[in-house]
Amino acid sequence: MDMRRPPRTVSDPKVRQVGFVTPSVAPPTRSLSDAPTTVAAAAAALSASSPPSGEISLPGSSLSPVMIPPPRHASSDGRPSAPVAVPNPASSLRRDSLRIRVGSYNASEVVLGTPPSASPSSRTDYTASEFSEEAMSPWHGRSGTAKVASSFPGSSSEMIVMKTGVVGGGGAGSTPKSPLTTASVVKTLPGISEKEREVLMGTQNDGAGASKTLKEKTTKAERRALQEAQRAAKAAAKEAGAGVKPSAASGSAVAANTKQGKVVKPPPQKKDGPQIAPPSGTSEKKVVDRPPEKDRKKDVPAPRMQFDDKHRVEKAKRRAVVNQFEAKNRVELFRHLPQYIHGTQLPDLEGKFFQLDPMHPSVYKVGLQYLSGKISGGNARCIAMLLAFREAIRDYSTPPEKALVRDLTAKISSFVSFLIECRPLSISMGNAIKFLKNRIAKLPDAMSESEAKSSLQSDIDRFISEKIVIADKVIIRHAVTKIRDGDVLLTYGLSSVVEMILVYAHEVGKQFRVVIVDSRPKLEGQVLLHRLVAKGLNCTYTHINAISYIMHEVTRVFLGAASVLSNGTVYSRVGTACVAMVANAFRVPVLICCEAYKFHERVQLDSICSNELGDPDAISKVSGRKDLNHLDNWADNENLQLLNLSYDATPSDYVSMIITDYGMLPPSSVPVIVREYRRENLWI
Amino acid sequence: MDPNPKPNHGISAYYKTRAEHHAIISGDWLAQAQAATAAGHPLEVPPASATALSAASKPFSIIDEFNHWRRKPDLAEAVAAIMALVAGIRSSDATTMMELEIELKKASDALKSWDTTSISLSAACDLFMRYVTRTSALEYEDFHAAKLRLIERGEKFGEISLKARRTIAMLGQDFIFDGCTILVHGFSRVVLEVLKLASSNRKLFRVFCTEGRPDKTGLGLSKELAALGIPVKLLIDSAVAYAMDEVDMVLVGADGIVESGGIINMMGTYQTALIAHSMNKPVYVAAESYKFARLYPLDQKDLEPALRPVEFGVPIPSGVEIEKSARDYTPPHYLTLLFTDLGVLTPSVVSDELIQLYL
Repeated sequence: MDMRRPPRTVSDPKVRQVGFVTPSVAPPTRSLSDAPTTVAAAAAALSASSPPSGEISLPGSSLSPVMIPPPRHASSDGRPSAPVAVPNPASSLRRDSLRIRVGSYNASEVVLGTPPSASPSSRTDYTASEFSEEAMSPWHGRSGTAKVASSFPGSSSEMIVMKTGVVGGGGAGSTPKSPLTTASVVKTLPGISEKEREVLMGTQNDGAGASKTLKEKTTKAERRALQEAQRAAKAAAKEAGAGVKPSAASGSAVAANTKQGKVVKPPPQKKDGPQIAPPSGTSEKKVVDRPPEKDRKKDVPAPRMQFDDKHRVEKAKRRAVVNQFEAKNRVELFRHLPQYIHGTQLPDLEGKFFQLDPMHPSVYKVGLQYLSGKISGGNARCIAMLLAFREAIRDYSTPPEKALVRDLTAKISSFVSFLIECRPLSISMGNAIKFLKNRIAKLPDAMSESEAKSSLQSDIDRFISEKIVIADKVIIRHAVTKIRDGDVLLTYGLSSVVEMILVYAHEVGKQFRVVIVDSRPKLEGQVLLHRLVAKGLNCTYTHINAISYIMHEVTRVFLGAASVLSNGTVYSRVGTACVAMVANAFRVPVLICCEAYKFHERVQLDSICSNELGDPDAISKVSGRKDLNHLDNWADNENLQLLNLSYDATPSDYVSMIITDYGMLPPSSVPVIVREYRRENLWI
Repeated sequence: MDPNPKPNHGISAYYKTRAEHHAIISGDWLAQAQAATAAGHPLEVPPASATALSAASKPFSIIDEFNHWRRKPDLAEAVAAIMALVAGIRSSDATTMMELEIELKKASDALKSWDTTSISLSAACDLFMRYVTRTSALEYEDFHAAKLRLIERGEKFGEISLKARRTIAMLGQDFIFDGCTILVHGFSRVVLEVLKLASSNRKLFRVFCTEGRPDKTGLGLSKELAALGIPVKLLIDSAVAYAMDEVDMVLVGADGIVESGGIINMMGTYQTALIAHSMNKPVYVAAESYKFARLYPLDQKDLEPALRPVEFGVPIPSGVEIEKSARDYTPPHYLTLLFTDLGVLTPSVVSDELIQLYL
């Protein structure tokens, strides 16, 4: 089948996904015969003025996820045959013969005006795509008609009919969904101006783009994105002028992002191209999104957005409070992670401090502190967030006709998404949020608002004191038993709990020496060094380059962790894995100090799928060395990508022991703790 | 409570007891003890003298009590500790549960500090304390009923320990197949039980016993096994690697099983396990669950050293140091399975069990 393209060297999750899902798809209901009926039904429904999304889900419930990809194929496959193909220098590389063949095949098919009778299932995706591609050229004309139509609010149903006719002519009605959505668009915004219409199309397009990531269709983020898309459409209708800009800006961003053009062709038809296909994508997406909704509860905290999906990113950007600019030249494997030009919007945001309505000032402040890097470290960030939430809860009052439980949860969620925009959540924060939401959900109905608020505040206080402060004390007590006189302890970077352990061990009179290993660009170890030396500890400071040299004199390695995952993998500051590996090679025990609230039931095998990208400029510049200017203007060279990873995953083989508030455990016991801890969490 | 002189002048009390036991212990003796347990209650009466004495003379000494029980060769140290604690409860004149708890705590601390080298002793004390402090059923009862219940429970413990051995033997003998060769290191009553049951189930296997210097544990074990008609071969401790080719599995006991899933056992277990691991032979450990201890040694030196005299048979040149440590720590990595009365476990389950027990 066409979808089965040979695997590419470039890893593109979307492409892989498409290839994977296609064969099973084949919704037979999508046959030619029942298309008109669905359309008619939809039209009827539309005239009944029911919400479009609900309507569309009806015929499409049989749709399988496969249907999502079309828009993208439309953009990629359509190009060769489409007369108005936008020149894309990179695209020629990607265009393999297979695809071209597909395009021509499609073209002939369309000319015939009948869908290929053979294997209707196999063609499902392609009909949609070819369709859109065919539609592309007529669209210019047709979009005009659409606009005209849309300017007459009353005539929406007629327009649908008309459009269906057009569609039927082009693609033999094989894709009823596309007219459907278009219709729905018209329905939602009857009588908007042309400009608005265009904006709308843009959003629709984005929606379609979002739908491309099959991968994420079940995720909360995506559902959210969908909602946001609808909201954005409304907002766009309201303020048309303002709305146009972001899409234009994003378009330019796409153009600038030449690197990305290699993998997935940027949709150059941004303005004029995929008007039909994208809506179809949207409709499908709406449909597809229905069933997994019940899973929503499971994925808290929400999985991260895949940032290699431009449309989603653009959309997210539009709704974002923090307008960050994406960095260019990102490393292939890490495209799915957000990367921004550091601190681009900080001054702007600071200026907006007093105007920001929905955000509580304390949350806003914490967000800015994350953004600027003033607060870092798992515990510090978590505590700051919880305290901000506590303040927000204190100042919260339930709006009339709303329930505290629901409204506050929504409120917290909006805070969280703001914080995510500032900096991706750490797992510890995710767990804390989970705890808080759980507490909110468990509030008894009878409780008065003030009682509920004070109970929540005390819950937050309790979480901080029990899970973080006291937990740290317990960890220190355990860890000190493992320090003997004459030991040489090595630590890496800056971990608050390791620092406390070392200071405490010194206070109780243990005789030991500390080796602090550090690394660029954060050089957090210097902070630790400074504090320890001030306390009178005997320290050695070195960089990670010297790790193999220094390790042979070390007797214990103490490391902090951002999180410990179910398979015992330790997720921590980048470089930790290297230190642990070297220690293991030298048979030096590696002790991980981590509070149990940072444990997570996820399993991760590499550092790629979930990570955080730092500012690439941080590694290209060396402070105080003006002569090292070889990497100046590196962003202009598209062959050069810089990677500044924040975390890495240490396999459990290298870990001798994990010291938690539940005692000293082997890495294999993490799932036990997760299990017990969870249960306990429910009890609280 | 601590005028008790430490018995060890740099020598582990635990290993002293063991050595004494090995001197007395014999198959007949064990059989006799077992028959007695099956029939009635051999452990039922604590020495009347001891109780009477402790009741009469003011300071009841938990250590004396413990030492009394400890002398019984078939009793594991853990059981002796429990019995001593039970005797402590019996002689206690506390009137509330809390008071009793505090008294017990003191007694168990005294026991633990009396012999810091014995893992099963401290594990058993912890376990019993756990039982006393965490049994919610006790809280609603009348104090005397609760006290009686505790005593009863403690006395049952002795039986449980014997039963545990039988359970382990049942579980463990499945792993012994006809024609296999088993390398045994150290003298473990549980291992003996496993081998005995396997042989009585008409399994045909042979056993290699390491000599087990300096206690000569292997000699004792080989004597027992030979009496059962199991073909035995004695090896000197340094011949383990030489013999490993022929061996199908290694079976050892344990003084203690630690949180990591590793074991602490007689000196030489670690090297045996290492050799077996490097030759891809399974290493099985047979041990009762009361030996599970909340310890986590990171390396060999991260243990309370248990010393014992080493007899070399020749005069030691002056200025030569002697390694006197009696045991070593085998990391979980080198162990295949643990046969315990909780079932056949992988090393990583130990921590799970401990967490459930203590958290």
